[in-house]
Formats: sequence, C-alpha cells, structure tokens
Amino acid sequence: MPAVTQTPMVVADRVSKSFGSNEVLKSISLEVRSGEVMCLVGPSGSGKSTFLRCINHLEVVSSGRLSVDGELIGYREANNKLYEMRPKEAALQRRNIGMVFQRFNLFPHMTALQNVMEAPIRVKGLGKSGVEANARSLLARVGLAERADYYPAHLSGGQQQRVAIARALAMEPKLMLFDEPTSALDPELVGEVLDVMQNLARDGMTMIVVTHEMGFAKEVADSLVFMDGGVVVESGVPTEVLANPQHVRTQAFLSKVL
Amino acid sequence: MTNTAASGGKTEPGIKAIRLRHPWRNTFAVVLLIIVALFIADAAARPAYDWPAVGKYIFDQRISQAAFVTLQLTVYSMIIAIILGVTLAIMRLSPNPVVNSIAWVYLWVFRGTPVYVQLVFWGLIGTIYQSIDIGLPFTEPWVSFPTRVALSAFLLAIVGLALNEAAYMAEIVRAGLLSVDGGQEEAATALGMSWIQTMVRVVVPQSMRVIIPPAGNEVISMLKTTSLVTAIPFTLELYTRSRDISAVTFETVPLLLVASMWYLFFTSILMVGQYFLEKRFARGIGDRRPNKKADDATAAMTGVTPVIRGSGQPTVVLPPNDTTKGER
Repeated sequence: MPAVTQTPMVVADRVSKSFGSNEVLKSISLEVRSGEVMCLVGPSGSGKSTFLRCINHLEVVSSGRLSVDGELIGYREANNKLYEMRPKEAALQRRNIGMVFQRFNLFPHMTALQNVMEAPIRVKGLGKSGVEANARSLLARVGLAERADYYPAHLSGGQQQRVAIARALAMEPKLMLFDEPTSALDPELVGEVLDVMQNLARDGMTMIVVTHEMGFAKEVADSLVFMDGGVVVESGVPTEVLANPQHVRTQAFLSKVL
Repeated sequence: MTNTAASGGKTEPGIKAIRLRHPWRNTFAVVLLIIVALFIADAAARPAYDWPAVGKYIFDQRISQAAFVTLQLTVYSMIIAIILGVTLAIMRLSPNPVVNSIAWVYLWVFRGTPVYVQLVFWGLIGTIYQSIDIGLPFTEPWVSFPTRVALSAFLLAIVGLALNEAAYMAEIVRAGLLSVDGGQEEAATALGMSWIQTMVRVVVPQSMRVIIPPAGNEVISMLKTTSLVTAIPFTLELYTRSRDISAVTFETVPLLLVASMWYLFFTSILMVGQYFLEKRFARGIGDRRPNKKADDATAAMTGVTPVIRGSGQPTVVLPPNDTTKGER
C-alpha cells in the first residue's frame, strides 16, 4: 500500500447540516489526507451519508467549511464573506470528485460502455475515440471487458456497481466517495465489488467509504470514523477502534455488527 | 420451485402436465367471424352505402387536398403543442413560484374550456381585437395592421388547436419526467453534468418511454379534432370539405365513408410510427441480450452458467431418486 501522504485532501471544519429543524450533522471536523482510505461507519440516520453528499455539494452545508484539495466546496470566499456558487461552478468542482451510490444509478438506456463514456465526452468535451479506449480499459480494470455492450438491466448487481465505479473513474477524480456501495447487493456479490475497491486503494486513490463491511474497514482502510447522531463519536486506526472501542456507543454498535 | 412439501400432500412422481384448455375462446371467435361475415355481405349489397360513389370520391382531388390540409393542421399544431407542452411541464416543475403559477393558470384555462369554444373565440379574435399594434403602451403604436389580414383562418386554426393541446401535452410530459428515478439526476450531477445535459441526455430519454404512448394518443386525437376548426370557420379540411360536397350531391353516407377511410389511413401510419418510436426508447429495458457468445464467455470466466429460462412449457420437477418413471 502506498504511504498516505501528509497533504490534506478533504478538510471539514465544524460542518453542520440541517433539514428544516432537524440537525443531521452537528459540527463535524475531520481531515482526510491524499492517498488515505477512510471508512465512515455508524447506525443508519447517523448522518454519514449526508456528510458524504455534502463533500460533492449534492447537499449544501448549513454552516462550517468544507474543502477538497484546498478548494472550498460550494462557496466562493470574497471580502470575508461566503457566496453560494452558481450551478456551473459547482459542476466544475464535482468533476474532480467521483461518487458511487448504494443503488448504482447507472443510466439504464445506455450500455455499460456508454455509461462510462458519457461524462468525459459531455462534460470534458474529449474526443470519442480516446474516451472509448480509456472506457474499455477501465471496464477491463473492473473485470467487465466482456460486458461492455450490455445494458445495465442485463448485468448483476455486482457487475452494475463495478460499471458505476468505472464510470466515476472515467472523470479521473482526485477523490472517490462510496455511499454504502455493497448494501444493495446479494451477499455473494459483495466480494467482487470490495475487490475492485481494494485494488483502487492500492493504486493510491483517496477514498471515503460509508460502509457496514467491517472486514473491508479492517483490511483496507487507513482510518475509521464512527458517527452517531450527527457527531463523530470516535475515530482512529481501524484495527484499534474495532478491537478496542473506547466509547460506549461505539461498543454497542460494534457488538451488533461484528 | 419443487412440488414436494409445499402442497402438503404426497408427491406423485412423473405427473404429465396438461395445459389449461380454453375451448370457449375458439367458440367465441368462430361466432364473431360469422357475425362479421354477415355484416360485410350485407353492407356490400346495401344501396345506402353506394360503393361506386365511394370509389369515385376516394381519390377525388378536392378530397385528397383536404386530407393533406388535415395532415398539415395536425402536424403543425402538434409540433407547436409539444414544444409549448415541454416548456410548460418544466415550468410546472420549477422551484420558482412565479414561473410555476404561470404554467398552472395556463393549464387551468386551456384544459378547463372546450376546444370548440376556444376555436370559436380564435375565430372572433379579428372582431374583438380589430388591429394588432406594436409599440409601447399608452403611446402611438409603431406599427399597426388589421387582425383579419395578419391572421388567416388556417393560422388561427393551428394556433387554436396547438394552444389547447399544449395544456394536455404539458401534463403528459410532466408525468414522464417525474417517472424517472431521482437517483438518475443525482448520478448525472455527481459526474459534473449541467442541468441541461442531465435533462437532455439522462432524464428526457428515459421519460420518453412513459411519454410516447399517451402522446401518440394525443396525435391521433388531434388528427380527428382538426374537424372542429369549422368553428373558426375554416372549411378546407377533410371533414368539412366532404360535408360541403355531400350537401350539394346528397351523397352523405358515401362521403362520410370516404372521410373515415382517410382518417383511418393516417391513423394507421401514425400507429406504425409510434411502434418504432416506442421500440427505440425501450433500449435497455427489454429482455433481449446483445449476443449469446459474450454470455458464454463470461460464464466460462466466472464459472457461473447462465440460467436457462423456461421455454414456455410447464416443467415438472421430479424427485431425484425416481429414474424409471421420469421418462415421460
């Protein structure tokens, strides 16, 4: 595994998020360094998915500062004030952040190959032939070279999720966000997706993974963050947190999932 | 699925499955065929239908020109209706309350009044607004011309039909857009696609599957609604033209038949078009696989054999220990 650098990739500084009067994130502060794999775990409703979605501005943070690779997400700073970005500027930032969803969200009217080619062609405006070659090699990387011309409906859940990972990688992101990537999969299909993610981690991709797969967290992650009720309860090296949780709530949660 | 313990009884190995028979279907079909044959034989001989007259008028130049006008009315008003309908649908989904209300009021007015009444109003527009003035309010107009000259009956017919139809198209399009899973828009946004790109490349193509069947309905309905433009009055379309001819020649029934045949002919063409459009937008939804070879290749790679789906015949699962009776 390549050494995790000291350069911060994601910096969250007292990030809060409310939906109406419901405060989902309460002053989250954490840092993900370049090359690091961080697993976010916690019971459902703990705010971990919301936090992930804030990182690429799918949700707008209510207060606090969130930056990726030194760039403030969703806001422009001028005269000591934060101005909300126009959709166009936000889209520009998202190019550098790949996201993989629990329910895959592949485009069903496009083949696997077209799914992977769509964003580089439409968003980056790259030439078709180069994009296609790159897309095919990405599909080969996730073990789906043979299935390039299949529509999502004809792929298994695990295959769909691997296409979704290839689709996100096609934009050559600096950071990959995984929102419970294996939660919608049949148990026997989980392994193939985790393998792809492990290879990605080995290649030095910075990753934030919301997951319930403690085995993956233990083996692949550099750090583990336990969230509950919108706050970071505990964080540290995965093996230590999992083996020796300090906080009562962490202990209670881990005793249920391990 | 096995047929063992689930039924609670003892398993009878080697049951021969006999499909459920439907003897009444065949009987009913035969009876229907006889009735239809009798009706056709009767109609062929009945003088009121006057088939020679039908043959005379079906390709009459006045009729075929009127049929072409009907087709023009349909196509032009439908194009305007679709563009306006998509715009209204997007306005209805807009978070901007002003834009949203405009669309709502439009729908309220144009869906809430009969199209015939609307067409009469459009016909009277030259009387209500006698001139069209362009300029700033409360000042002398820069240009002014009489409405009757600017707007021909043909133009009014198209406008009247299109504006009414747009209200219906808007609701069809809105339903289509809403039918697309929210995750699709999210995935496209996360890839850095703009709102327009997301709509054009991801949401709209998927909504077409829901939009096309009712929209096809609307086109066919529009073809027939064109017969109402006589309210404007515009008299050169198919139905009014054939009524005018029969009013002189007293051949009412044959000319109604002629008009019906033309309408049916156009409708049939539209239905074929709709079939191909639906096929086009069902990509990725049907169960056709691109090719079997790739399937086998993957099977060899993963060690998983693709499941062979039932061939439509009922299958009886036999207990594994029974081999002798299992032949049939």
